Amino acid sequence: MDQEALNQMQHPPTRALIPLGIFLAVAGLLFYILYIRGTGQDANYIPSPLIDKPAPEFALPSLKDPGQTLTREVLLGQVSLVNVWASWCPACRDEHAELMRIAREHGIRLIGFNWKDDRVDALAWLKRFGDPYALILYDPDNRAGIDWGVYGAPETFVVDAQGIIRHKRVGPIDAQVWETEIKPVIERYRDQTP
Amino acid sequence: MSQRRITIACLVLLLSGILLDRPAPAYTLEEFGFEDPKRSAEFRDLIAELRCVVCQNESLASSQASVAQDLRREIYRRMQEGQGRDEIIDFLVARYGEFILYDPPLKPSTLLIWLGPLLLVGTGGYLFIRTLRRKQTEPERGLTEEERARLSQLLAQNGQGHNQYLR
Repeated sequence: MDQEALNQMQHPPTRALIPLGIFLAVAGLLFYILYIRGTGQDANYIPSPLIDKPAPEFALPSLKDPGQTLTREVLLGQVSLVNVWASWCPACRDEHAELMRIAREHGIRLIGFNWKDDRVDALAWLKRFGDPYALILYDPDNRAGIDWGVYGAPETFVVDAQGIIRHKRVGPIDAQVWETEIKPVIERYRDQTP
Repeated sequence: MSQRRITIACLVLLLSGILLDRPAPAYTLEEFGFEDPKRSAEFRDLIAELRCVVCQNESLASSQASVAQDLRREIYRRMQEGQGRDEIIDFLVARYGEFILYDPPLKPSTLLIWLGPLLLVGTGGYLFIRTLRRKQTEPERGLTEEERARLSQLLAQNGQGHNQYLR
């Protein structure tokens, strides 16, 4: 082997490093997306544009008392969890025990948002599994649901005392989600004077 | 029945399943009738360019999800009220975010989506053409006299037995 070729092997031109650079950049990007930004995030999660915006206006009948109309006013005065659920939704059953515990142990006001459901089925479901809600909105044909950007059940919004949406959880709440995701937001806005 | 027959029967069943088992459409466009055919086309175009939020790889036009039907109804209702395409898109983006658009707007955070493919094709094309050009300007040169002499010397050294491989 002649001297020139030998030199080239020992000191590769910088250009030869370009593919390595591209590879490292792509690998770094994937690592960031998959392991750092993406951890704990559901692939079905869509960030809500409603965060830090006032909760939408609505006028919905109460699930338990069809004659009563509930409006945005019911959200005001204290931090509440607005929980979108339906009797046909299996994941809602999964989170139900946790919601019961939250209402009982933490004294958080839970507002039920009964979504695309049937009144009779919904009431039977509550009778069977328990009722953690202070009041329940009844939205069988998804009129208010669209305004809230709901696209599945369960979904849970943290709404502060001024009626501003502060957080949205898509998917069921379990003990870990409560501790790491919901509780810190509630605590931040709980001490606010309305 | 022989094993081969069973295999064929299974294949036929499988193929017929694939070919015939098309899911029935969840809705018909007749349900969303307009007097003005122009509005009707507008409606069809609009639901085709909006993404279903539940099943994220389908448009609102093709999705059978119940939420997609709710959204089609809502869009229809708004169009009947006389609202235009942009108004309806703004309404949906305010609730579901830009996620609902198949065509994301051009802005700093979406620059890579818009320009990425162009950038990749551009860089690839540039490298391709450059490589071709270089090949043209540096034609394969033949052996020099000196190299030719060296080659025959090496071949002679290797002896007769190996010559057959070099021919």
